Amino acid sequence: MSKVWKFHNDVDTDQIIASQYLLLPDIEAMKGYTFESLDPDFAKKANPGDIIVAAENFGCGSSREQAPSVLKALGIKAVIAKSFARIFYRNAINVGLLVIVVKDLYDGVEQDDEIELDTVAGVIHAGDKDYACTKLPDMMQQILDQGGLINSLNAEEE
Amino acid sequence: MGMTIGEKIIARAAGVESVKAGDIQTVTLDRLMSNDGTTHLTVDMYNNKLKNPRIADKDKIVFIMDHNVPAENPKTAEAHKKMRNFAKEHGIVLYEGQGVCHQIMLEDWVCPGEIIFGADSHTCSYGALGAFGTGVGCTDLLYAIVTGKSWVLVPETIRFNLHGKLREGVYPRDLILTIIGDIGANGANYKVMEFAGDGAHNLSINDRMVLCNLCVEAGAKSGIVEPDEKVVEYCAEHGREAKADQMFVSDDDATFAAVYEYDLSKIEPVVARPDFVDDVIPLSECPKVKIDQAFLGSCNNGRIDDLRVAANILKGKKVSDEVRFIVAPASNAVYLEALEEGIMDTLMEAGAQIMNANCSVCWGSCQGVIGENEVLISTGTRNFKGRAGHPSSKVYLGSAETVTKAAITGYING
Repeated sequence: MSKVWKFHNDVDTDQIIASQYLLLPDIEAMKGYTFESLDPDFAKKANPGDIIVAAENFGCGSSREQAPSVLKALGIKAVIAKSFARIFYRNAINVGLLVIVVKDLYDGVEQDDEIELDTVAGVIHAGDKDYACTKLPDMMQQILDQGGLINSLNAEEE
Repeated sequence: MGMTIGEKIIARAAGVESVKAGDIQTVTLDRLMSNDGTTHLTVDMYNNKLKNPRIADKDKIVFIMDHNVPAENPKTAEAHKKMRNFAKEHGIVLYEGQGVCHQIMLEDWVCPGEIIFGADSHTCSYGALGAFGTGVGCTDLLYAIVTGKSWVLVPETIRFNLHGKLREGVYPRDLILTIIGDIGANGANYKVMEFAGDGAHNLSINDRMVLCNLCVEAGAKSGIVEPDEKVVEYCAEHGREAKADQMFVSDDDATFAAVYEYDLSKIEPVVARPDFVDDVIPLSECPKVKIDQAFLGSCNNGRIDDLRVAANILKGKKVSDEVRFIVAPASNAVYLEALEEGIMDTLMEAGAQIMNANCSVCWGSCQGVIGENEVLISTGTRNFKGRAGHPSSKVYLGSAETVTKAAITGYING
């Protein structure tokens, strides 16, 4: 089971990781500042395996890849949203962070709920309801299955 | 079946006769841009993660340091060193502290019909010259550096037919904020925003840069103005040729996801309220808001036209004692032009602080960061929560005129 962290519409990349931390040496140095402007203690409170459930347009704003990377570094299992901003969506897949479009989950769960994501069946169990995950195009699913675009590129080279 | 501008550019780059929205195509990229916001991460991945590190074509890559220049702390200095050394080692063009990346790309590199990936969301600006520019993350950019290619999902296109001219005192900034307010922050998500009609052709190239630059704030993959003779002239003035067979316009029977009509004479000055770019209201309906800082600059509004607007308003006047007015030209070329016209004298005499050409206050990390509960009016690209400094601070967005007037009175709409 995974704990739910609920976020509103239009969560932008500046809120996920603010500009002043982007030139720190690496993602490990940045991850403690994740969602600082919304909840300064998020990085301390979030546990590996937790799931973010958001409304529309999650990850809008800048192309900073640090945004999906810090979520992955904190062990966030997946971000499930009604919709994603396109650069964030593509970046998430490239760094191997699971992003899933589900239109009706947001209204069916609360902060701190426990849900179960079954990636093989493509289903989320929340309370007594099941929600179907929207499928990725094959090419993107393949990148994700390989753990991101770099692994996929390295595999191409073999 | 007819194609849109975006579809034609992707078809050319994929080497196929035609494409349609929804197809996935592998394209050869014409140019790649990376700035100091993420290049240190790209370099680390190149050096440490790749099985077979190589560069497909170094001459297609442009590195630009613009976000934190000059370095403001030792960690940034190290990140810059990494970028500088990599450029040197691989013979990649590097601009350091000479302006905001998109302004430099438009001045020196972009040609109509090209497809360009930039590791910065405002890469969509390049449609001002009829190119398909799109923002990507640093892993996508690295893949393109190594292979020269990438995959794209052919986007749908939303067409904006613009008619007539903007009235005196109304700017392209007001137009694009109005459009974003109308369609919303994800109104063009995954799509191309295409601008055409007599109203689009009436706009100067600099005006078109303002328009295309902000398209990502509606979620767009790219913003493109139908290219015309003004594009050919701009390229020629900047020492390059716009190829006639790459001046793509949409076919009459092209398919659009939506078509909007805008009468430019009806647009009025607007502001975007904190913390969302699509929270747009007419300036006349904005309550009088006391400000602490005003910023004129960025890849949206740091061009010569904007500095002229500010200088005309400020001539013989003073910036309010209660306000820091920070001005950052978008490039050194803009800076030099402003010096020659005496604009910088006027701005300094009025009490403005002139910065080097860089992202400055818009980026909220290096210069003019604002403190707890402070209010900023800005020509920057975004007004997200905490974008310009402390999470409790507030950012309003408006045109060069709206910002300069607020710097004098100390109030938005006051």
